[in-house]
Amino acid sequence: MAGTQATYSRKDHERAERLRYLGDIALVILGIVVVWQILHMLAGDVAISSPLATAIRAGELLGSANFWPHAGETAKALVYALVIALLIGIGVGTWLGAHKLSGAVAEPILVALYSLPKITLYPLILLIFGLGIEAKIAFGAIHGVIPVTIFTMNAVKNINRVFLRSARVMKLTTMQTVTRILLPATLPEIVSGLRVGFSLTLLGVVIGELFSSHRGMGFLVMRAIGLHDVSTMMAVTLILAVAAVAISSILLYIDNRLHRRT
Amino acid sequence: MSHEVHARLEGVTRVYPAVAGNPPVHALGPIDLDLRKGEFFSIVGPSGCGKSTCMDVLAGLAPPTKGTVWFEDKRVHGNVPDGIGAVFQEDASFPWLTVEDNAAFGLRRAGVDAAEIRRRVEYALSFMGLKDFAKAYPAQLSGGMRQRVCIARTLVLQPRLILLDEPFGALDAQTRLLMGDELLKLWRETGATVLLITHALDEAAMLSDRIGAMSARPGRFLETVETGWSRDRDSRMLEGETFGHITGRLWQMLRSESKRAMGHEGGVA
Repeated sequence: MAGTQATYSRKDHERAERLRYLGDIALVILGIVVVWQILHMLAGDVAISSPLATAIRAGELLGSANFWPHAGETAKALVYALVIALLIGIGVGTWLGAHKLSGAVAEPILVALYSLPKITLYPLILLIFGLGIEAKIAFGAIHGVIPVTIFTMNAVKNINRVFLRSARVMKLTTMQTVTRILLPATLPEIVSGLRVGFSLTLLGVVIGELFSSHRGMGFLVMRAIGLHDVSTMMAVTLILAVAAVAISSILLYIDNRLHRRT
Repeated sequence: MSHEVHARLEGVTRVYPAVAGNPPVHALGPIDLDLRKGEFFSIVGPSGCGKSTCMDVLAGLAPPTKGTVWFEDKRVHGNVPDGIGAVFQEDASFPWLTVEDNAAFGLRRAGVDAAEIRRRVEYALSFMGLKDFAKAYPAQLSGGMRQRVCIARTLVLQPRLILLDEPFGALDAQTRLLMGDELLKLWRETGATVLLITHALDEAAMLSDRIGAMSARPGRFLETVETGWSRDRDSRMLEGETFGHITGRLWQMLRSESKRAMGHEGGVA
């Protein structure tokens, strides 16, 4: 009986926590909308469209057949860039984490590259990859690869050595040690790197689309700016922001779940 | 107890090579040790005297710089031989696996069939008092329970020689005594030979058939003390007079060595 009561009270507590969390999110969204409305009232339609007008325009865009090829182009570039950033980041990060000297040499270089404004490299990227999707993918990957590398490197470097000793006592092969010990032990940090890398990769892809591009969400924003179509410009930005926040939230949820176990 | 030799160290020395400008470290030896089949042997000594190095060498985790290591009449050379299990001082439970998956980990690697894995894991978890926590993750358990998970993971592999490197070092005194009782029960039930590395003299005195007292670095055996306990013993022996004699004798041997290890070279009177 006492156990049942304890179960109910824990469930009630969890439900209350969830409701409070949702309430906090609703409050933040409400706050953003209020500030946005105030800014719209101060600056007028010529600079900032109202939240309502933006939402209506976003709805129109989502219902329009012309919008989806652009969204597909951005999504395609983002997925390719993210996969490249992940593959290179995990590979290089694992090597740098496992090899002490290489890690010590590379770490300050990586940190310097991380803080470098990568937009300065974009003309170079355009010269190498041309004006197509390749340039956007490369620019996105450049943004995402560094955080994934740094997080992976630190995860491998700081792996609990006793796990590796246990692996030796249990006679695991090198491949088994990598797949059954190293990978799961470093996964929480790799997902943290992916979460940070995702935001930066998206930033890189969209920046790539803002210049010298004829397709994609970034291109839609630039075209709207050219036409002084404020509501479209803000609607595309809103759609991008909602998609980014949704994906980031999923990654954050996975990240938190993985870290809770460690 | 049989006097048949189960594992042997012959003239073993371990020197860690120079790293990043630091000189080589002579950590251990030369030492000789015969572990008798089925006995509970403990090594005590001051911090940094090479106790853990001795275990690593015996397990095949680190090669001896000089000397030879034997386990069941086969030379230990570069790899951990079949039949040896180890539990370390640090929490080695895998945080991404549940308690039962942790326990089953080594058996799955060895390709043991599912029914046998289930049988051995159920037995080990129930033996270690973890049956009700089979689906829990290590992060949900106390330090003592996590260490029991590691012991269960070793136990399911049915090792004939169990090496324990200060497995209760991070636990409070009372939990350590209780864990000691469980360890004795495990030792009696499995019939395995146990080598325990510990810095706690009372723990060594309570658990062991024989205790090897080691000098400050480089570790050498000063003396081996026979406790004379019966196999059917537990932590209640702490009340006895003999227990006090054994710990007193060990401390007599180790006091000056511990001071030496702390940097008071020359020992004390």
